[in-house]
Amino acid sequence: MRQGFFTVTENRPLTDGVFRMKLRGDVSAVARPGQFVNVRLEGRFLRRPISVCDLNGDQLTLIYKVVGDGTRQMSELLLGARLDLLTGLGNGYDLSPAEQRPLLIGGGVGVPPLYWLARELVADGRTVTAVLGFNRAAEVFYAEEFSALGVRVILTTADGSRGVKGFVTDAMMDLDYTYYYACGPEPMLKAVYRAAKGSGQLSFEERMGCGFGACMGCSCRTITGSKRICREGPVLRKEEILWAD
Amino acid sequence: MGRLNVALCGIEIDNPVIPASGTFGYGYEFAELYDINILGTFSCKGTTLLPRFGNETPRIAETSAGMLNAVGLQNPGVESVIREELPRLAPCFHKPMMANVSGFSLEEYATVCQLLDEQPQVGWLEVNISCPNVHGGGMSFGTDPAMAAAVTRAVKAVTKKPVIMKLSPNVTDIVAMARACEEAGADGISLINTLMGMRIDLKKRRPLLKNTTGGLSGPAIFPVALRMVYQVARAVSVPVVGLGGVSSAEDVIEMMLAGATAVEVGAANLVDPFACRRIIADLPGVMDRLGIENLKDIIGGATEWEKM
Repeated sequence: MRQGFFTVTENRPLTDGVFRMKLRGDVSAVARPGQFVNVRLEGRFLRRPISVCDLNGDQLTLIYKVVGDGTRQMSELLLGARLDLLTGLGNGYDLSPAEQRPLLIGGGVGVPPLYWLARELVADGRTVTAVLGFNRAAEVFYAEEFSALGVRVILTTADGSRGVKGFVTDAMMDLDYTYYYACGPEPMLKAVYRAAKGSGQLSFEERMGCGFGACMGCSCRTITGSKRICREGPVLRKEEILWAD
Repeated sequence: MGRLNVALCGIEIDNPVIPASGTFGYGYEFAELYDINILGTFSCKGTTLLPRFGNETPRIAETSAGMLNAVGLQNPGVESVIREELPRLAPCFHKPMMANVSGFSLEEYATVCQLLDEQPQVGWLEVNISCPNVHGGGMSFGTDPAMAAAVTRAVKAVTKKPVIMKLSPNVTDIVAMARACEEAGADGISLINTLMGMRIDLKKRRPLLKNTTGGLSGPAIFPVALRMVYQVARAVSVPVVGLGGVSSAEDVIEMMLAGATAVEVGAANLVDPFACRRIIADLPGVMDRLGIENLKDIIGGATEWEKM
């Protein structure tokens, strides 16, 4: 983990309510896809944990949804604004078990961390398929960006306004894959966990205090004992997950 | 002896800055960030007899100038602390540490303290009778002076180490609680733990915390903490450790003027992992500006208007 100041170089809406922010700064602690940063905002006591969407040189890309006053404030930051970030948080995805045909499954703002993962897997010579799920066509983002990496993209929308009508699990059934990586809201993760073939890794979300393991605010139970989503997570292996109910 | 030195219950510490329990784990993870030997000491995660997962999540909520937590004393249990956590701390911290203890019965408090008393790394026992997030224990000891005295006596009977009783602010008469602990043999008093609070999710129309209520910490509670430290420091003769919303060198000095011998820093560590290092680094400059030669000279230095 590192603490450092970053400069906003882009902050623009991708859809109504979802923004992309690019930042420049010391990214030396950012090690792998699936990690997150914790953003300090003026006048807000707790930082906002946001997953890393991509890393290019010293530039970080974050994609975030405006869900409350903090993220709204973040969306109003201008180019050149300075932000205090904790970087290199969380374990991130382990790419080694992906084998030849990994499947990525993302839902809503669970899609962004899969982008960097997809880029790394493609660079590694894997044949990557991504199932990206949204509520409706107007909320879809990054489908073209995934395609541009050489990823086969299958879109789903709950209302059928674009791609396959239904949830990500409705598009996974006939796919042939060697391993899977998922990120999205917990109900989606649970459905994926039940529907997916073979093994995979799932990235979880929880309300955090510190984001670096000190407060024990985001603990969850796993097969191997309690884990902190912010430190031993957010990515859990399928085999270690214990669902709350 | 440096300008920042203070004596806490007979143990000299290099400065009065102490990360508070529940915000610093068992220390060694912060040692990856900076040399934690610069601290006066630190208070470890509240430790109980048996391992505890704590409450269900969500157990964190933000507030104006602070946060609520309802972690519920998650800890690996005292045996695991002695077997695993303390040995991991040993190579990174070479000073006596403060062992924070919680319990659900007099016997549990005594057993945990007795086990920790045998650990050479432990300098002080900080006995938490004030956790607002556990049911059927914790705070019930912290709201009744007779119960607080009973815990103090039970712990004092099994240890020769200084015992600091950590008080809850969720009482009508904080001074009565402090006096009861002092009379029962406490070597020091620390206060305040978090204030009970809650938040409601407007869209879902239900409490943000799964536990419904949680403990409020952060700058929002600093004036409450300061007032209680002031009242208690005037009522007891044992050292007082002040905490509650401290986040700057100025806050440390304010707490000491109110009567604190040492000062714990809690929630500030969670938003700035380097908060304690920054506060310690800032202290000499702030002291110069305020004309303070030695910190220990200002303890309880705030004079009441009536006496002027």
